[in-house]
Amino acid sequence: MTQAIRAPLSAQVAGIGVLGPGLADWAQARAVLRDEQAYAAQPCVLPVPQILPPAERRRATAVIKLTLASGLEAVAAAGLKAAELATVFTSSGGDGRNCHEICAALASSDRLISPTRFHNSVHNAASGYWGIATGAMAPSAVLCAFDASFAAGLLDAMVQAAATSAPVLLLAYDTDYPEPLRQVRPIPDNFAVALALSPTAGGLARLAIDPAALFTAEPATCMDDAALEALRLAIPAARALPLLRALALGTPGRLVLDHLPGEQLALELSPC
Amino acid sequence: MSLALPPLRVSRYTATSCLGAGLSSHVEALREARSGLAPCRFDTVDLPTWVGEVAGLEGQRLPEQFADFDCRNNRLAELALLQDGYADAVEEAVLRYGRERIGLFLGTSTSGILQTELAYRELDAQGALPAGFHYARTHNTFSLAAYVRARFGLRGPVSITSSACSSSAKVFGTAQRMIAAGLVDCALVGGVDSLCLTTLYGFNSLELLSSAPCRPFDAARSGLSLGEAAAFALLERAPTQMTADAVLLLGVGESSDAYHMSSPHPDGLGARLAMEQALRQAGLQPEDIDYINLHGTATPSNDAAEGRAVGALFGAGVTCSSTKGATGHTLGAAGGIEAVLSLLALREGLLPGSPGTAALDPAIADVAPLDYVLSPRAGEPRRVLSNSFGFGGTNCSLVLARGDAR
Repeated sequence: MTQAIRAPLSAQVAGIGVLGPGLADWAQARAVLRDEQAYAAQPCVLPVPQILPPAERRRATAVIKLTLASGLEAVAAAGLKAAELATVFTSSGGDGRNCHEICAALASSDRLISPTRFHNSVHNAASGYWGIATGAMAPSAVLCAFDASFAAGLLDAMVQAAATSAPVLLLAYDTDYPEPLRQVRPIPDNFAVALALSPTAGGLARLAIDPAALFTAEPATCMDDAALEALRLAIPAARALPLLRALALGTPGRLVLDHLPGEQLALELSPC
Repeated sequence: MSLALPPLRVSRYTATSCLGAGLSSHVEALREARSGLAPCRFDTVDLPTWVGEVAGLEGQRLPEQFADFDCRNNRLAELALLQDGYADAVEEAVLRYGRERIGLFLGTSTSGILQTELAYRELDAQGALPAGFHYARTHNTFSLAAYVRARFGLRGPVSITSSACSSSAKVFGTAQRMIAAGLVDCALVGGVDSLCLTTLYGFNSLELLSSAPCRPFDAARSGLSLGEAAAFALLERAPTQMTADAVLLLGVGESSDAYHMSSPHPDGLGARLAMEQALRQAGLQPEDIDYINLHGTATPSNDAAEGRAVGALFGAGVTCSSTKGATGHTLGAAGGIEAVLSLLALREGLLPGSPGTAALDPAIADVAPLDYVLSPRAGEPRRVLSNSFGFGGTNCSLVLARGDAR
């Protein structure tokens, strides 16, 4: 059987949004990653999503605040319209706090769950609220790959941008887990990164993946700063930090991002 | 330039639900209009509702080296993988394409959350979880894909789609794009969702559970019946010439309602976008579709909105039915199981009926005079559409066809 010639898979990073511990937005994250500002690990502050109608705003959980803040920042930076964009949401697990409340209620004698608690329990809650907030009726992928969720989401978003020849917004995010779930899933705080990816030229940088050598056994690129490296390892969505640093510095070359053990995602970055 | 999304051959498929394990029990149930729903006796649940429970999961075991993955959801996955030569077909695909060239894209909504629900009953005096509880390999949403990947030693791209009730329809779209982009040559897709207290008590809180077996599209419908199921398919590039008995994925349409978290848009606008997109991708017109497997959950709002959207797009007399009266609503597995039932309709020349439904709701018939199939009947469907819509306003439609009906 003849093999089709495999062109590299590529996409342009057109806009970035970040929200995490000690990182209020991309401007601040960029300064930290360029060593222009020291990193101070402060608890992540979640803004109130004014864009939501009041009823939804009241029900908005951390995943919703995180994705609206980081996603809208990336969309604005890219000069795109959120209402027209396809999205890829990726998170390493469900909303841990909401899940804790449900499991605690189910283990109690009355087993009562509030309807809001239940509809917020779906993995696509952030995607649903995003649609309500922005009016976007475009397709929205909602993925999970445990600790590989950022790399899996990036790959999916790049494939989608290429397949549809239209921009795609990637939103990777994780929220903290309360006790006792934290014993088995020690995610200490919230972190989100959003990348507006465009199939056409322009933007900050071009990302390329070789379809014939997607994964590598090489270890993931690390952060030099100990506190940022600790953040990268503590929250799965923060596995994006080496990519964000390369974007902040405009460093061309090869990057290896954490995916699954022994199978990391290899990327080539070329600044525009 | 966007990538051409070529038709894919569905080279192997299987399903396990309350109707039985494997395809033959599903064909038989469809022919006999049998429902697998029964009064809920699951775990300690004290709700007056009916469920589609899969028999024998208590005794199902995973291969010994994968014991850490043991939970109801992965047991259901394992039981399904063993039917219809599916596991053998995956192993053959590994030999043919290489383990790096096979993608794994599965859907689930609650994965193994039951394991955590049970663990919360056993917290110790300090509130700590019991020893032996394995979050990553059971509860986590990715656990299903991690298990299947480990079981077959797959090394290609992998993800779980967890978009509530559209999950295992959307994975067909993921596979299509990954194959078109040249990242994989073959994809293992499907969905697995199993009964748990979160969904039973959760849907109960929304007053969406019926106290009787569900009655999709009936005027007397009063909510859904939950079920559990697993469905798997293998997708590969289709050769140009195909025999009539081969089956194809021709199109996938996806959209978002952007309307409400737990109610569909009243006119089914998002649903209509997904159906239109699936037809466009398949290069077909509405009249080319011979049968629609509806989402048809039997909640008052879903069926009214879906009926409206289907009627507006396909016009009067389109042949359709919901099979949820047979299987129950299997949530993250619904897209997969209904894709398989649609493939069986093509293969067997059978239009599935709608167990539990006595007559099409006149209020729906007024705006959308559908040819709603109440009892199974013989037919020659060549191209079918399968709808899956979910919480958060997520919609996905698949167009499936016989090999000679591209």
